Amino acid sequence: MILRWFFQIGTLFFNFFFSVGNLVVFIAKILTSGFIPPFYLKEVTTQLYKIGYTSLPVVGLTAFFTGGALALQIFEGGSRFNAESVVPSIVAIGMIRELGPVLGGLMVAGRVSAAMAAEIGTMKVTEQLDALTTLSTDPIKYLVFPRIIASIVSLPILVLVGNTIGVMGGLFVGVTRLNFNSNSYLLNTIEYLTFDDFLSSLIKATIFGFIIGVMGCYNGFFSNRGAEGVGRATTAAVVSSSILILASNYFLTELLFKP
Amino acid sequence: MINPILQTTGLSKRFITNEIFEGIDISINDGKSLAIIGGSGQGKSVLLKCIVGLIKPDSGEIFYEGSLLRGKHKQKFMNSFGIVFQGAALFDSLPIWENISFKFKYSKSHSAKERRQLAAEKLDLVGLPRSSLDLYPSELSGGMQKRVGIARAIATKPKNLFFDEPTAGLDPIMANTISTLIREVIQELGSTAITISHDLNSIRKIADDVALLHKGRIEWNGPIKAFEKSTNTNIKEFISPDST
Repeated sequence: MILRWFFQIGTLFFNFFFSVGNLVVFIAKILTSGFIPPFYLKEVTTQLYKIGYTSLPVVGLTAFFTGGALALQIFEGGSRFNAESVVPSIVAIGMIRELGPVLGGLMVAGRVSAAMAAEIGTMKVTEQLDALTTLSTDPIKYLVFPRIIASIVSLPILVLVGNTIGVMGGLFVGVTRLNFNSNSYLLNTIEYLTFDDFLSSLIKATIFGFIIGVMGCYNGFFSNRGAEGVGRATTAAVVSSSILILASNYFLTELLFKP
Repeated sequence: MINPILQTTGLSKRFITNEIFEGIDISINDGKSLAIIGGSGQGKSVLLKCIVGLIKPDSGEIFYEGSLLRGKHKQKFMNSFGIVFQGAALFDSLPIWENISFKFKYSKSHSAKERRQLAAEKLDLVGLPRSSLDLYPSELSGGMQKRVGIARAIATKPKNLFFDEPTAGLDPIMANTISTLIREVIQELGSTAITISHDLNSIRKIADDVALLHKGRIEWNGPIKAFEKSTNTNIKEFISPDST
């Protein structure tokens, strides 16, 4: 009984470290082969459209409603100590520093990471990855690298757009529901924002983009056992990229805004 | 004595604790067609993937044109063959003409127009209408997908051809048509071919030589005529399962 228990714990640790090691080797392969010609620029463009452009509505809607809800919450909370006037600046800071990149990252992770894992996973189980190799095309260069580059480029742009829409969501609720003057709302928003707020948002978005691309491709690349394996890879891609986004967000916040 | 164009010595592979095969020695002469046969789960496809470099064997060596497969020589070998996978393995996101001419998609040697023309010629060769050029793999039947797979494999006029279960999942009539097509293609290109199969009718059509993989070892190896007359129990069972 005890031996079995130890065996299970051992297996758990072994699997964890095996996965981490495998992931590190995978990233090293991407970094070493991706920057050597040939470059598949057309693939990068296609992925930029798929990852960036088609995610705009999801990220925009999420940001708009979050900005609006944030304005309501801060107004209600601020009214407890007569600080209703902080709504514009807190909505802007909250959206740009934190909610914009995190929610944008999570939404794109749910959409894109799953799609990448499903697409590459299906290619794996139907031997299309093997076919690529036999046609002298490195699957990492052809499939993985363009997706990761597209994620890294797309996410900061999406987050920038999302931040703007989020602030506009706050403005809309502030003006229509909380009786703010639109000009003073916007002035208050701009006054308290610094360049560092934008920079931190973009740094976070870039790293989240890398996480989404890597976890989507990694889980697809190592999926197995037919349709069930692809399903598992898709779930694992979303869960792992979401957790990594939330965890890395904390450490990035520590690093960028040391108290 | 004729030197074999492709040869394996002591090839072994295991997955964790499960031994797939051990000490595989096979050789094939230039222009010959070898069929590797055996029951399901005997490791035939793994062996083929080891030969073409998709799976790394645990031990053993592979020689091509007399030299060990590594470095530039391995690259030369990789460019020398075409392969047809069990499920055809066509790229879902690309139309048929791009699937067939994929090898030239990112090379400057062929324009898009030339690649399309090449694909059309290969479709003629495998007996598919040119109207299939713009279709996607999901719009084709299993037999048609196999034909496109063959067209893609022969697009570069390869010196070597590999077929992994080319008739699996096809009805007997289509299987017969595909086997005939493979024989014709091999003869027309003068290629050396290795076919993985357990379809006896197909083997009779395609192969000059046969190797029987049984319990991870090559149990029998020889010309197809000798195979039919062999007294080996496993071969007899393979040829007529009810008689043993």
